[in-house]
Amino acid sequence: MKRFRNALIFFVSLVVFWQILYWVRNAPVLLPSPFTVAQYLWSAIWDGTLATATWITTKRLLIGYGIGCVIGLPLGLMTARSKFLGDTVGLLALGLQTLPSVCWVPLALLWFGQTEGAMLFVVVMGTLWSVLIAVDNGVRSLPPIFVRAAHTMGSTGAHTLLKVVLPASLPFVVSGMKQGWAFAWRSLMAAEIYVTILTGYGLGHLLHFGRELNAMEQVIGVMLVIISIGLLADKILFSPWENFMHRRWGTSRA
Amino acid sequence: MSIRNELENTLPAKLVVEDVSKSFAGRGRRVQALDKVKLEVGEGEFVCLVGPSGCGKSTLLNLIAGLDQSDSGRVLADGNPVVAPGRDRMVMFQEHALFPWLDVTGNVLFGLKLKPGLTRKDRREVARYYLKLVGLEHFMDSNIHELSGGMKQRVALARALAPNPRVLLMDEPFASLDAMTREQFYVDMQKIWAARRKTIILVTHNVREAVCLGDRVLLFSAHPGRIREEFKVTLPRPREFNSLELAALAGDITRALKRHTAEEAAA
Ligand SMILES: Nc1ncnc2c1ncn2[C@@H]1O[C@H](COP(=O)(O)OP(=O)(O)OP(=O)(O)O)[C@@H](O)[C@H]1O
Ligand SMILES: [Mg+2]
Repeated sequence: MKRFRNALIFFVSLVVFWQILYWVRNAPVLLPSPFTVAQYLWSAIWDGTLATATWITTKRLLIGYGIGCVIGLPLGLMTARSKFLGDTVGLLALGLQTLPSVCWVPLALLWFGQTEGAMLFVVVMGTLWSVLIAVDNGVRSLPPIFVRAAHTMGSTGAHTLLKVVLPASLPFVVSGMKQGWAFAWRSLMAAEIYVTILTGYGLGHLLHFGRELNAMEQVIGVMLVIISIGLLADKILFSPWENFMHRRWGTSRA
Repeated sequence: MSIRNELENTLPAKLVVEDVSKSFAGRGRRVQALDKVKLEVGEGEFVCLVGPSGCGKSTLLNLIAGLDQSDSGRVLADGNPVVAPGRDRMVMFQEHALFPWLDVTGNVLFGLKLKPGLTRKDRREVARYYLKLVGLEHFMDSNIHELSGGMKQRVALARALAPNPRVLLMDEPFASLDAMTREQFYVDMQKIWAARRKTIILVTHNVREAVCLGDRVLLFSAHPGRIREEFKVTLPRPREFNSLELAALAGDITRALKRHTAEEAAA
């Protein structure tokens, strides 16, 4: 409760500060008041634009992120355990991971055109490589004693992989998935701002239109929504894992 | 002599180590951890290995466990060559090797879940039984990082005992226990061993512990690792750790150990 109160006080003072700034600067086009932004958000919620855009964006994100993880996790396990795959796919992943995921946007557009496919592609590329690298790293840095102990208890093959290797590298896997999430989120926003996709307007598009229309309250409002989604995703997707690791490993809470 | 052997070793050897050698690639040179080690352990026998640090005791246990392969020679369990680890030969490692992603009970259950023919309830019961045996029934839901070193060691012991293996390979299992708990363990280990007729190989630096528990105490020597000398312990069981006879025999063995060390240093 105390933490909640601290957070509340902090954010209320931020808004107050913003309001003061608004009064001092008195440039409503560049810096709308919190009230104007709230008004925009209110109307956007009621006419459904916000809900639709949020839905479209999160759908792209979740599907793309899901695909990235589903491919990246097993691939990372495999590159860590097979020398051949490590020297080939692992190296490729290492290279591609250094590429800022925004750089996939032009390629995606040329390959897929202005379609959902392009959006998904960008998100998958943002997720896949960092998840793969993190899992690979995690498995490689595993103390061999865990697997040896499991073997003596009769665990082999897939059982060892699922019940020992994967949980043992959980701290790495989670941090990799978190990084993958951050990359996916960023690259999707870049793609949405940069490209008009005819199959649906996401939050990035709202931001883009806000700028075109010089509607600063829309720009700021949508930014706030984007921030909230990021925070919420962090809490929903990763906090449970981090709490679990805190409990079991005694690592510090994020 | 041969008649005595006939009478004493009625059962075929449970574990046979035949001229096993093992070396490791060290910095620039090879370390000969084991050199033509021969060892036979009968069914239900309790053998203790004692020797200086780095003489290859853990290496030998790993080979018997099937975790590593020897360079030459072979290891037989029940007459079959050991090529991989098996549930019938449970290992208690020198490092506790507990799984941090499971709680205490989860760790003990890990091996039990791989054992066919047990219901969920059975497994819980067995885990509880062994955790109680090691005095940790109040820590069943604790996380591993919340335990002290000695408590971790005790969980590892419970984990090794729980699936009821025929052979137990124990690497300094009592090293980080306090004296009181340890002496209780000597009593419990003898009980478990007598009741279940397990074949046990136990590595220790504590000669008295070896005499208290073992049917035989084998002295290892280092560089290269070999079995130098063997002592049969015929004291009646259950043995009392603080008894005089035990202390006397332990004294003899310790003197032999010192003599070996001196000879090695001279050589
Ligand atoms: N994986 C390894 N790689 C390289 N050298 C090793 C390895 N394992 C053991 N050795 C070497 O083999 C020798 C025997 O090691 P081992 O662990 O069997 O000793 P130990 O008798 O168990 O010693 P301690 O009583 O200290 O546990 C040592 O000289 C050690 O340096
Ligand atoms: Mg050792």
